[in-house]
Amino acid sequence: MIDAQMNAPEKKEKLIVATAALCGCFGCHMSLLDIDERILQLVELVEFDRSPITDIKTVGKCDIGLIEGGVANAENVEVLREFRNNCDILVAVGACAVNGGVPAMRNQFDLKECLEEVYIHGIGVENPHIPNDVEIPLLLDKVHPIHEVVRVDYFLPGCPPSADTFWTFLTDLIAGKEISFPYSLIHYD
Amino acid sequence: MPSALETAKNPEEMTRIVIDPLTRVEGHGKVTLLQGKNRNIRQARLHITEFRGFEKFIQGRPYWELPVLVQRLCGICPVSHHLAAAKATDMIVGASELTPTADKIRRLMHYGQTLQSHALHFFHLCSPDLLFGFDDDVRHRNIVGVIEDSPEIAVQGVMLRKFGQEVIRITSGKRIHGTGAIPGGVNKSLTKSEIRYLQDDVAQMIGWAQGALELVKKIFFEQYEYHLAFGSIESNMMSLVREDGAFELYHGGLRARDKEGNNIFDHVDYRNYEDYIRESVKNWSYMKFPFITSIGEENGWYRVGPLARINNCDFITTPLAETARAEFMAIGNGLPIQSTLGFHWARLIELLHCTEAIAELLCDPDLIGNDLRNMGELQCCGTGVIEAPRGTLFHHYEINDDGIVEKASLIVSTTNNNQAMNESIRKVANQYLDGNRLTEALLNQVEVAIRAYDPCLSCATHAIGKMPMELNLLNEKDELVDRLEKRVTGQIDRTI
Repeated sequence: MIDAQMNAPEKKEKLIVATAALCGCFGCHMSLLDIDERILQLVELVEFDRSPITDIKTVGKCDIGLIEGGVANAENVEVLREFRNNCDILVAVGACAVNGGVPAMRNQFDLKECLEEVYIHGIGVENPHIPNDVEIPLLLDKVHPIHEVVRVDYFLPGCPPSADTFWTFLTDLIAGKEISFPYSLIHYD
Repeated sequence: MPSALETAKNPEEMTRIVIDPLTRVEGHGKVTLLQGKNRNIRQARLHITEFRGFEKFIQGRPYWELPVLVQRLCGICPVSHHLAAAKATDMIVGASELTPTADKIRRLMHYGQTLQSHALHFFHLCSPDLLFGFDDDVRHRNIVGVIEDSPEIAVQGVMLRKFGQEVIRITSGKRIHGTGAIPGGVNKSLTKSEIRYLQDDVAQMIGWAQGALELVKKIFFEQYEYHLAFGSIESNMMSLVREDGAFELYHGGLRARDKEGNNIFDHVDYRNYEDYIRESVKNWSYMKFPFITSIGEENGWYRVGPLARINNCDFITTPLAETARAEFMAIGNGLPIQSTLGFHWARLIELLHCTEAIAELLCDPDLIGNDLRNMGELQCCGTGVIEAPRGTLFHHYEINDDGIVEKASLIVSTTNNNQAMNESIRKVANQYLDGNRLTEALLNQVEVAIRAYDPCLSCATHAIGKMPMELNLLNEKDELVDRLEKRVTGQIDRTI
């Protein structure tokens, strides 16, 4: 009896997870939600800190930070550094965080050309000029993958990584196992 | 007329308050407020703060990449962009009509998409405001709070979204960024076992959608006057409708109505949309401000999305949703419903319609047909318009003789609502913030008004990001007089 009590697993503290989307499309966050009803198990294991799905707007000390999207403006740099400073493990999630992805296709053009195309030469544009108010953050001339700005601990590829990839990654990591994906999870369309 | 709160006369004399980032919306934006003497709100603006420049960087790509490339604008409603681009490329490859199999598979994909997106918005993002109140504890006011307090509602939301995502997976190959639609048609049809798999659950989905609709109605009627008045503005409305005036998501003519419900234009061939809509640039936002050309910039702005679609259509083709539409329209006494929170109600009528329409389509033998694609002469340009979950979505492309994109123009759903969202937050600022000391709960009301539109700022910036929340109140000399900070714990402190 006493032994059984002694060996009963302690109620583990939940790991704290924060997530952010930089210059991406939100698809990686959606794919995380594609774990569907397994979210009920996930919230038993982790607690969400700052994330687009909560109203917590400052990242605190976290065990795991998941970053979707590349770095395209000054604000992205700030958020990314804040995550690196606060998260023990930082993960680049999806094609845009890993290598810049589709938004980095603008790197082959001058930023000015891109802005002019949309706000000056676009079809049906009234009052053409490039927005420049102090309230909107400055764009970087190129879009960067996040490892060019901060150190990254893990890379989860895919556009987006599938729900099963997220699930395998998070449950292996939380269980302290070496993370390993079967071929089907790293095979793309 | 746009509200007087759009631009303050002497901004340098005002106190600036910022809500940054907006949360529980898709994408990245922020709100700034300027308070004058006696804390009267003098200016309120929703800023879209990121820019991606798709219109430029898809130039030089072959037209057939468009449906898979441009959907990367948005991971929440990729199917909308996938299909709008596919419709534009149908025109480019000279397919004036699709085969019945291709048309129905695309429609099924789109119903799945609208279902999952509406479920996500209602259950994952907004139900915490509606179930717990706008001033609920910030740490609790999220989907995990709903899982803890009302697990049944949360599970139904998760399963409704899952079903929509499964419809997308089966029709397009992947839940997010699939490949089903191609210029001129689709790349595969369904198998009988795939149809049976979806049919197994569809009755349950209709039941849960009915339950969600009842829930949102109950919440609306519990504080009826408040829901009617909150952030309410009078606007024009625009949507696609079918030839006979029926509610339509995939293909139809453009209809715009004024605030009394009179037609501004009707059954407009969307390929001529440039003759009806222009977009204005304002220096304080990366999101442009569209308006109806014939009315002009000042009064020609409009709303799109569920509220506009339900107001504009003459009827809905499925029975349960049609009954729900009639009940909703009754509160307007013959006039369009202008309540901003009415968006939630209208959205759930659409959610119900999608479940019914999926059930109907799954019985259609064309889904297993083999005739997948039509082709004709290559054309120099193509326009695709669709009712995305958040409203009317326009794609237009021009190509050269080699099939390479030379020009692109995109008006995404949320952009159409830009002026309206700005007007709604100005209304809320006038109604609840004017003359008051700022609190987290009051500022959440600004976000509640924005959330009603289900803005996809990801689409709208053609981008996304999040910032910590810190509210600074400065006096005319830029000295800090008040500051609120949200801690990691969710606790809010006045740090001055």
